[in-house]
Amino acid sequence: MRVPGLLYTSEKLMKGMGADEGPRQVANVAHLPGIVKGSLAMPDMHWGYGFPIGGVAAFDLDEGIVSPGGVGYDINCGCRLMTTSLRLPDVRERIPALVTALFQNVPSGVGSRGPLKLSPKEERQVLIEGAAWAVRQGWGTEADLEATEDGGAMAGADPEKVSDRALLRGKEQLGTLGSGNHFLEIEVVEEIFDEQAAAAFGLEPEQICVLIHSGSRGFGYQVCDDYLAQMVKHAGEIGIDLPDRQLACARLNSTRGRDYLAAMACAANYAWANRQMLMHRTRETFEKALGMGPRELGMRLLYDVCHNIAKIETLPVDGKEIRLCVHRKGATRAFPPGHPDVPPAYRKVGQPVLIPGDMGTGSYVLAGTKGAFTETFGSTCHGAGRVMSRTQATKSCRGRSIPREMAERGVIVMASGRGTLQEEIPEAYKNLDDVVEVVHRAGLSRKVAKLRTLGCIKG
Amino acid sequence: MGYRIFDHTADLGVEVTGATLEKLYAGAAFALFDLLTDLSSVRAGRSREFDVLGENPADLLVNFLREILYAWNGEGFLMKSCFIRQITPTRLRAVLRGEGFDPARHRILKEIKAVTYHQSSVLETPEGGWVARVVFDV
Repeated sequence: MRVPGLLYTSEKLMKGMGADEGPRQVANVAHLPGIVKGSLAMPDMHWGYGFPIGGVAAFDLDEGIVSPGGVGYDINCGCRLMTTSLRLPDVRERIPALVTALFQNVPSGVGSRGPLKLSPKEERQVLIEGAAWAVRQGWGTEADLEATEDGGAMAGADPEKVSDRALLRGKEQLGTLGSGNHFLEIEVVEEIFDEQAAAAFGLEPEQICVLIHSGSRGFGYQVCDDYLAQMVKHAGEIGIDLPDRQLACARLNSTRGRDYLAAMACAANYAWANRQMLMHRTRETFEKALGMGPRELGMRLLYDVCHNIAKIETLPVDGKEIRLCVHRKGATRAFPPGHPDVPPAYRKVGQPVLIPGDMGTGSYVLAGTKGAFTETFGSTCHGAGRVMSRTQATKSCRGRSIPREMAERGVIVMASGRGTLQEEIPEAYKNLDDVVEVVHRAGLSRKVAKLRTLGCIKG
Repeated sequence: MGYRIFDHTADLGVEVTGATLEKLYAGAAFALFDLLTDLSSVRAGRSREFDVLGENPADLLVNFLREILYAWNGEGFLMKSCFIRQITPTRLRAVLRGEGFDPARHRILKEIKAVTYHQSSVLETPEGGWVARVVFDV
């Protein structure tokens, strides 16, 4: 190990890890060339491919590497949270109808096709412009872009670095939700922890919000797959023996490394265009189902974050500002108050951080801190993290009706995939409160509000 | 041709056995598509040839499965049966029979998003047969 491994966790969460190999993977990552300061893991950690989920690692631009396994297959899997003018008493009875309408209007599940069939030229534009492309097509407004990490498009995207296979997979999937743990859910603000921050973010008690969790679909998966295969094949170029093949990587200062980042940026932009479209479809669905115009509904994007990405950022290390390649795999950026990348309206408070939970729980909104900036390369957790395998979860559901159980908890769920709900039961995930408590107490991000799920659609 | 699922927190681990290498790789292909869809509804109308390389048998297995998974994810091809024509530690030639996806007849049971290198292995058993492991991202 070149640097220490550092796990942000609690006794309770560590006990719950069992045989999970996450900690070993944190140690493996610490072997990578050019890694700076430490190999980190957030409290929602569990094992993944090469890097653990919940892993954060930063690399020197000259000596370091970039690894697709440190970003994840689902490049720019992330979340966006929208607020509305609605309050729970106004719409309580309408939730089932809203969920049904969303289920019908938002394409989800395996093999689902989006509303568009992109021409090669259009697809190139999506990959370069990201959410801005969607806005220009009429899927939202400029204000949405200001409230998106990176303005909804990463610089440096180069469609020439993307394979034909990825382009083919991306052609018809734009505007679809996906499957598995992706979702679109209606939530209500249940508790406010920091009134000043909540006011800055525009959050109020009993306010109806919508959280979208989705990524770059088959496009991003193919980009990761393509570059992983290349890097595994050329693993000798790195000059060291990797403890795990899935840690396959390339020097940042190499053609292969630069090509990956350029293709990764394309996938990130695809995901932002996707979430922009999903949000717009949500707006339209709410307006139609409730018989309201946009002004009355007041659906506004609070913020959009990615939690599977590699970014070139300037961060403080031992008192000096250094440009690094930060890998966040199942980890979220959490920039502090005053940072220029935080939208002006939020700059006094810090960057909004959205932490989704399992379908029965809801989510948290946090604010980025100086602590994260100096300690964890401006990063915090991303969600609850699984504790149970999908087969285990499914087995434990025998004889149970998950939709009914969820309804008894006050959550209306609809899923297009058979088996999705069984695999996604709340018990399959860590307790979100425990995870958030760790990052809050460690000073990585401050609790601002807690939201409760009212209705949820899944693929 | 047997396979079983082994536990993995977020994804799907598959362990395949076969008396010969040909049967092992064909069994892995079968496992992938058996998890993906109801194979009884798939007809063997078309055939597709695959010629795949790898650094070693485990790498070859991952590359082979990646190729046939792309045939599904990218081109909508569902495999009914697989015949391994020729195999060495670093190369295989296979013929897959199947058909294109028809939403009216085919039901997708599970979305398999990628074949990972995680814990991939191809090993000979003491009895002279073969066992392979691979993890699918689902």
